[in-house]
Amino acid sequence: MRIHLNVNGTDHGVEVEPRYSLVDTLREGCGLTGSHVGCEHGVCGACTVLVDEQPVRACLMFAVQADGKRIRTVEGLDDNGAFNALQQAFHEHHALQCGFCTPGMLMLATWIVERGAPVSDDELREFMASNLCRCTGYRNILRAVRAVLDRTEDGA
Amino acid sequence: MTMIGESVLRLEDGPLLTGTGRFAGDQNFDGQLHMRVVRSPVAHGRIRAIDTDAAAAAPGVFAVWTGADVADVPPINLRPGSAMQDLEKCRQHVLAQRFVRYVGEPMAVVFADDAYRAEDAAELIWADIEALPPVVELMDPPAAFSPGVSTEPAVFVKGYGDIEEAFTGAAHIVECEFSVGRHAGVPLETRGALAFWNDSADRLEFHAAAKIPHTNRIALADLLGLELDRLHLFEGHVGGGFGVRGEIYPDEVLVNLAAMRYRRPVKWIEDRMEHLTAANHSREQTHRIRAATGADGLILAIDDEFWFNQGAYARTHGATVPVVSATMLPGPYKIPAYRATGHIRLTNITPAGTYRGPGRYETTFVREQLMDRIAAALDLDPLAVRRTNLIGPDEMPYARPFDIGGKPIFYDSGDYPKSLARFLDHVGYDALQADMDARRAAGEMAGAAVICFVELGGDGPFDDVRVEMAGDGSVEVITGVASVGQGVETVIAQICAETLGIDYAGITVTHGQTDRIARGQGARASRVTVMTGNATHKAATKVRAKLLEKAAELLQAPTESLDIVDGVIGVSDTIGEGPSLTVAAAAAEILRTRDAPCIAVEETFENDRATYSFGAQLAAVTVDPLTAGVTIERFAVAYDIGRAVNPMLVEGQLVGGAVQGIGGALFEEFLYDENGQPLSVTFADYLMPTAAEVPDIECLVLEESPSTTNPLALKSGGDPGVTGAGAAVAAAIGAAIGRPGAITRLPVTPLRLREILRTG
Repeated sequence: MRIHLNVNGTDHGVEVEPRYSLVDTLREGCGLTGSHVGCEHGVCGACTVLVDEQPVRACLMFAVQADGKRIRTVEGLDDNGAFNALQQAFHEHHALQCGFCTPGMLMLATWIVERGAPVSDDELREFMASNLCRCTGYRNILRAVRAVLDRTEDGA
Repeated sequence: MTMIGESVLRLEDGPLLTGTGRFAGDQNFDGQLHMRVVRSPVAHGRIRAIDTDAAAAAPGVFAVWTGADVADVPPINLRPGSAMQDLEKCRQHVLAQRFVRYVGEPMAVVFADDAYRAEDAAELIWADIEALPPVVELMDPPAAFSPGVSTEPAVFVKGYGDIEEAFTGAAHIVECEFSVGRHAGVPLETRGALAFWNDSADRLEFHAAAKIPHTNRIALADLLGLELDRLHLFEGHVGGGFGVRGEIYPDEVLVNLAAMRYRRPVKWIEDRMEHLTAANHSREQTHRIRAATGADGLILAIDDEFWFNQGAYARTHGATVPVVSATMLPGPYKIPAYRATGHIRLTNITPAGTYRGPGRYETTFVREQLMDRIAAALDLDPLAVRRTNLIGPDEMPYARPFDIGGKPIFYDSGDYPKSLARFLDHVGYDALQADMDARRAAGEMAGAAVICFVELGGDGPFDDVRVEMAGDGSVEVITGVASVGQGVETVIAQICAETLGIDYAGITVTHGQTDRIARGQGARASRVTVMTGNATHKAATKVRAKLLEKAAELLQAPTESLDIVDGVIGVSDTIGEGPSLTVAAAAAEILRTRDAPCIAVEETFENDRATYSFGAQLAAVTVDPLTAGVTIERFAVAYDIGRAVNPMLVEGQLVGGAVQGIGGALFEEFLYDENGQPLSVTFADYLMPTAAEVPDIECLVLEESPSTTNPLALKSGGDPGVTGAGAAVAAAIGAAIGRPGAITRLPVTPLRLREILRTG
């Protein structure tokens, strides 16, 4: 069947079987391989994307469930070709090593930052605990997101 | 220009932050087939028949293979240097031949035009397997494992000194048993392979290679019966290595074999359950250890007998883990007499290989728990026992009279007592312990402990590097090492930049491409920065000399008066004022009269000794007496790296490693039932630490003891974070419950800790 996904502001009409996962469809159908498949059972969070501004594990959502919805992936984060604030913070705080979990971490963090609500350190840790990272030990990821939150809160 | 020692930002981050990385799954070739592996559902059995008819007739299926289709492919060899002859007969075939020996063993493969359809067809394959009794327990007495092979194919002894005399004359003898559970690297990206027959070059290309491309190229060519120059390996982005990824597994051989047979691209990406049941596990071993000591806690001798669970087959690493375990167990302590007897055991579970800090994570736990037992037995402070036994600075360099793979154990430099003292001061150890004492006195189960270890890395034997400078001054460093996400490109560029006096950002580091450089040793054993760093320094020094020679001619100044700063060559101290020229101009001038695209210098750095360095870790924990759950309040790592090329990246390695080690200490374990059925097959039952379970890891990177094995004085940084973490958590739990040395097995799950508390 044919569905329509609006990904990062661009419309994609893709042919899918009802069983295709959203992440497979983004990767194979839309050619956007930034969202990664780490476990296929909703635990690791490497496939996290925003669907209508909510963080979703794209390995647990069927592509047909996303028909007509607005999706944001890591490919849509950059700021006219430059890193956006979160990407820059990840870079500066050495919040990635192999980079495989990074797109999922960035999309989860995007949701945290864009909510616009104050976030305590404990809440931030709890939010970010929904995604696994095997390289960094999380410390620098938390520092990177905190840095952006602090700037956002100061500016708000 | 000083670049070595600067925490400059990573060159590799761009594509990883923008979703444009090229991991295995991100790459595709036109007309590719997708491979799906059908794995044994039983731990031990005789294959009566495998019915592939339905699968072969399924939509989109191109071919189905069973063992008979690959009977001519030899079993996968042990890697040179890892060989132990007795293990040769335990090697694994790429598809099971008549018998299956663990759940997850490949016994058939399906090739189809689409990954979903390959998986559908694989479901239609039915194997008639006569189940046989499996061997599951490591400590079962030796028996027959397979025709002509015992469950104990090899036993070895490493040691020195007179053990018997030491035990006879001892004031105290402390005996205990400790074991470490099975866990593994479990990178976030599962394994994958993409093979492509390149018709125009008449060669096979293996994309998505990792860790040791050159080594695997030789081994694969041998397995496939290809001349070496008709096979090349290409490394893309790699989603975490940790020892487990990049070995030659059956799956990768099958992908390449199919691409070769069918002259079509073939792709394979495993799912998470496959990864947890089929990729190398590691760690599992049990030690029965005894120490002879004086009344003051000074150790006179250690006698250790241990059993290592190899699983069903000897894989590429052969005896690496047990041999490193036997040789590294003494760690930072003097131990005048020592004997380790290692038993390599086969069982009907997933085969074992290495995992970050192989042999050190396990034996650091065993040794440091032993230190706590000695302290408890002699009523001494655990830290005092450690200090009593530390090797002193006046004893450096320190040689242990045995070898590891033919290389002497030779601690090149270090001041262990001083490093330990600095760490204790850094973490405020005395105040922390006073606080813990008060909390325990108030009824809380809270405790802190410091453990010590020695790390090895920087392993040779060689690395080649080619440094090329083009006429525009741009530089490419080509090396045979690999990236598993640790920051290779940045640190090698830093070393090259410092040597040449230019900016690191303009340096391209090419790694993991076997068609660009003839030899390489890859990314293993925490060796990349030491080996390729020094080779880069050697090659770049020669390029620098050529530039200065040309500049001397152009500037009419003696070569030795010149320096390069920020890419400008001039007379030292007056660069920017007096006559000068750019590196690019000098390079262009050199190339002007030559028929060459670049100035190219190839150099080799050889090292027949590993680097050894001291580390210590602190854990502070609380135990919930009701649930026996452990909360880590503080965790700190001190490590003397000799010289840190990029302190930020060193800390990154220490923190990441520590959290992996905490995982193995508290959560991670591959469990099996009595039939050899794996119970840890998803991330819901193989539990890795999340941000919620770990504290903000503190680091103290020391540069007190430059290595004497290499000109840049570098030591390794990849593994030390993990090495002491199991030991530190265990020691802290022992302190918290008031029973140092009480932890007998990692991971310390609530169930196990509750049993220890109950029997206290």
